[in-house]
Amino acid sequence: MKILVAVKRVIDYNVQIRVKEDGTGVVTDNVKMSTNPPDDNAIEEAVKIKEAGKATEVVAVTVGEEKAQETVRKALAVGADRGIHVKVDGILEPLAVSKILQKIVDKEKPDLVFMGKQAIDDDCNQTGQMLSALLNWPQATFASKIDVKDNKLEVTREIDEGLETIEINVPAIVTCDLRLNEPRYASLPNIMKAKKKPIEEIAASDLDVDVSPRLEQLKVEEPPKRKAGIKVANVAELVQKLKNEAKVI
Amino acid sequence: MAVLLIAEHNNKELRPFTLNAATAASQIDSDVHAVIIGQNSADAAKQLSELPVVKKVLSVEGAHYENFTAENFAPVIVKLAENYSHIVCSANTFGKNLMPRIAAHLDTSQVSDIIKVISPDTFLRPIYAGNAFATIKSNDAKKCVTIRPTSFDPCESTGGSALIEKVDASEEFSNTKFIKREEIKSDRPELGTARIVVSGGRGMQSGDNFKLITEIADKLGAAIGASRAAVDAGYISNDHQVGQTGKVVVPDLYIAVGISGAIQHLAGMKESKVIVAINKDGEAPIFSVADYGLEADLFEALPQFMEELNKLNTIQK
Repeated sequence: MKILVAVKRVIDYNVQIRVKEDGTGVVTDNVKMSTNPPDDNAIEEAVKIKEAGKATEVVAVTVGEEKAQETVRKALAVGADRGIHVKVDGILEPLAVSKILQKIVDKEKPDLVFMGKQAIDDDCNQTGQMLSALLNWPQATFASKIDVKDNKLEVTREIDEGLETIEINVPAIVTCDLRLNEPRYASLPNIMKAKKKPIEEIAASDLDVDVSPRLEQLKVEEPPKRKAGIKVANVAELVQKLKNEAKVI
Repeated sequence: MAVLLIAEHNNKELRPFTLNAATAASQIDSDVHAVIIGQNSADAAKQLSELPVVKKVLSVEGAHYENFTAENFAPVIVKLAENYSHIVCSANTFGKNLMPRIAAHLDTSQVSDIIKVISPDTFLRPIYAGNAFATIKSNDAKKCVTIRPTSFDPCESTGGSALIEKVDASEEFSNTKFIKREEIKSDRPELGTARIVVSGGRGMQSGDNFKLITEIADKLGAAIGASRAAVDAGYISNDHQVGQTGKVVVPDLYIAVGISGAIQHLAGMKESKVIVAINKDGEAPIFSVADYGLEADLFEALPQFMEELNKLNTIQK
């Protein structure tokens, strides 16, 4: 079984983002970037399945500018076998990304495609489901447990009401939740080894995909600020304020 | 052209956020039709027809719709979509799972998780866990929009009498099979719609200690929330998680206990009307969004809080 894992480069989750003064977006210059956190879970799961002898190859793919390749390199350092970097300038909408990934799937013919359930920059939560629609494959979103069976996966999904378990036939798409596993750190020797693993570069323009934007981002602004609150001295004062000032209890 | 709202239900009754999504749909266009897909879901369809903002109900039934599988739902809605300008549903796990599948089939760029309808083609939505708001204009002919339910009031639930029209089922998608759903039943209000939420974080130190939270929640008629750290540590189940990747809540009162206030947690609760933080670390980021902060050891503060509540003559429910 071959697993393709899609990874995205985003602003690191620990960074307090800043909105650009001209309202065109958020500041990304000189800001720490990392792999989108649930994409790390996707890579980890694929590598674990390979280590368990249930997959033969793990291929990491990213779609993005020059530096996006760092995320593929990181995936290689934690166990992916080779990488693909689809080069494109600017920001693509999930629909365009899923069309590009469809082309990569056509070429690579993986049995499974894994990715994070959501990117923490645009918070769209679309790409996996869209890819699954384009391929007419089954989808298991928000996965917190994956059991690989013969040509089938049993997946536990985190849903609002609790947990749901489904069985999907391979080939299939899985989008990964943060509780799926604990992503490993790359060891120094593995980081060195990863430098020798191949990354194929493909220009998005060579894939014959319409990636033109359908959405216009008219403005990006700071959310309204909360006014500063007060510290109370003790529990009695807290309860009194809630009762008589805020009138919420 | 009219707007098509996708109803969320459990085959017996509508799920509450369908009413919030209906409000958003009616702000896009006053001509709102609603589709309900399920199995033996006639009662829920009738309930849908009674929402005054809904002008027509399309009901689709089939055994393969019993468990709301996106692979089965999407073809039905794609077929209906030709008569509509917008497809709308809630941005909860139901809608998040389903809508992109519809959008891709329609070759439409979805607008996710909107918090405001600015005009029929322009919407406000949070990005970066709510640390920025983006105004997005969709230039697609057909628009697929998911709405953040807590940002829209629920619509009226009675008084309407829309026509219910039966629509043919689509074929079953055979590569996905539902096995089971483990719903956590509770007598407490639902986290997403509760007036008061009491949440615990890593500071609770164990699942057992959550009984301190439970006691207060019972007294206040509140729902119980948790930070991702508390869920990851196994103190409480995932359906309680508040945050960017959990639930977004906007209660009148949010009490955060032993929660430091990571960006991703704040994203899920900082629009609450009144926020209380109880934490022994005075520098914890949660205090920056709290209206009332109490710097104290929660294991002393919570029993005292309970005592003070017991002293009150009345408590709003």
